[in-house]
Amino acid sequence: MGGSRRIPVEEIRHIAELAHIELTKEEEIVFTEQFNRILEYFSMIDEADTENVPLTYHVLDLVNVYREDEVHESMKRDEPLRNASKKEGRFFKSPRIV
Amino acid sequence: MSRIYELMAAELSDKVRSQEVSAEEHLHSILERIDRVDEKIHAYVTIAREEAIARAREIDKKARRGEKLGLLAGVVVAVKDNICTKGIRTTCSSRMLENFVPPYDATVIERLKTSDAIIIGKTNMDEFAMGSTTETSYFGATRNPWNLDKVPGGSSGGSAAAVIAEEATAALGSDTGGSIRCPASYCSDVGLKPTYGLVSRYGLISYANSLEQIGPITRTVRDCALLLSVISGHDSRDSTSVKIPREDYLKYLISDVKGLRIGLPREFFGEGVEEDAKEPVLEAVGKLEEFGASCCEISIPAMKYALPAYYIIAMSEASSNLARYDGLRYGYRDENDEGNFDEVFSRNRRIGFGAEVRRRIILGTYALSAGYFEQYYLKALKIRTLIRRDFERAFKDVDIIIGPTMPLLPFNIGERIDDPLKLYMCDILTVPANLTGYPALSVPSGFRKSLPVGMQIIGKPFDEGTLLRVAYTFEQNTGYHKYRPPL
Repeated sequence: MGGSRRIPVEEIRHIAELAHIELTKEEEIVFTEQFNRILEYFSMIDEADTENVPLTYHVLDLVNVYREDEVHESMKRDEPLRNASKKEGRFFKSPRIV
Repeated sequence: MSRIYELMAAELSDKVRSQEVSAEEHLHSILERIDRVDEKIHAYVTIAREEAIARAREIDKKARRGEKLGLLAGVVVAVKDNICTKGIRTTCSSRMLENFVPPYDATVIERLKTSDAIIIGKTNMDEFAMGSTTETSYFGATRNPWNLDKVPGGSSGGSAAAVIAEEATAALGSDTGGSIRCPASYCSDVGLKPTYGLVSRYGLISYANSLEQIGPITRTVRDCALLLSVISGHDSRDSTSVKIPREDYLKYLISDVKGLRIGLPREFFGEGVEEDAKEPVLEAVGKLEEFGASCCEISIPAMKYALPAYYIIAMSEASSNLARYDGLRYGYRDENDEGNFDEVFSRNRRIGFGAEVRRRIILGTYALSAGYFEQYYLKALKIRTLIRRDFERAFKDVDIIIGPTMPLLPFNIGERIDDPLKLYMCDILTVPANLTGYPALSVPSGFRKSLPVGMQIIGKPFDEGTLLRVAYTFEQNTGYHKYRPPL
């Protein structure tokens, strides 16, 4: 058990960036501390013997479920726009991309 | 009849059909009850008063015209706030979705409506179903009706509290790692997590899609069977919904367990499980033996890895499922639009998501990132196989598995919330059913220190019938379902 190295705050910052989540300075410190404790606990699974054990992504034996490609009535144009806080005409308004 | 809010779903629908009680007068009795007690409990995020009254009138009109009414005629159902309801806001108890009004109904909601049920409102939950106490809600905690200082369990805490406080006749919850069974146990309700694939997830806001199911939370086993009969069955809009014939689960309500073989996993009664949580369950098993069941000790050796494996898988799936919340098409969008897309997106997600949601997204991203993918995610998926094998082996010799639902009694609000790991430990006995996909039900099995204790019954895939029969036998011969919190 154990055997996991301590993750430095820089790495947490990097992962948070990948996840598109801004963290405040205080949160970076608290989260780093919590993550290290949680990951140390998770590392308990290292000791389990899983050689030649297949993966279970999913409990059902379903593979590629198909359905007929039928046309159904779609939503009216303004329906999907109703929940957007910023829009212009019939478009969602995005922030600057670059 | 001034206290008609007390009626169970099965009785009520009969009375509405025969016009002995009108759906509208019953609904008003529930609304008055909500007005009287919800200030203390805070089970609801949104109450759909006007819509519910209009529905009740329609149902009464149908009854007067002599039209055939559905199985849930006039039954007032509270719905967890992560299940989409057309025209009624659906928040996931998150600031991110505070103002989100779905343009469509989840399949389970369509089915409730077709059965002439009335949606009374949306119940409080841990934000995005991530928690076991209903304390991480953006709208504030729900309190346990049995003791207002205690947590009601979670994440479907609002649904469970509403049902036992008689602020609804029945409720829907969702269960990713115990989120129906935990609050059912803590509030003295019957709560069922169906077999994965039995109930459509279309319209359930996703947290960990390979683990979660929608299920009923009720005061009696009969009502549980009734709701399950309505919401289960194949749905072409959910590709993980299984094509099996629809069932009338009421036929399993037989008070008889003669010849039933019960397995008691030693891991469910071992270290880390409090005496107060164990004793009532062992007494309950003793009762079932009196009625003709036999029991033996079994072992699920891989149980010790179940909790970390569960959390790694759930967080990994969450990091992917919650990537869609960017505030653009719906969801929280900060006034400050400064910076490029990445910066705006990351800011919306910092403000829109609470701490636990952000913790799980970041940890899930970590577990899926290059270098750790194999060590955490793939390893957890292999452990999932080991746990499945252990259960398959156990079920060769027994018909059902019984243990406590929770390893400890309901605890104080605020007691564990600052220590995520300590909170995760509460799920130790409920996560195996999600990892395996097996059905599991929590039924009230007594009280300790004036707080409810639930017995968990786990069954073979799609054998909900046996779970209901065992729970029904126990309930009918003991009567814990008749107790109500002092409100």
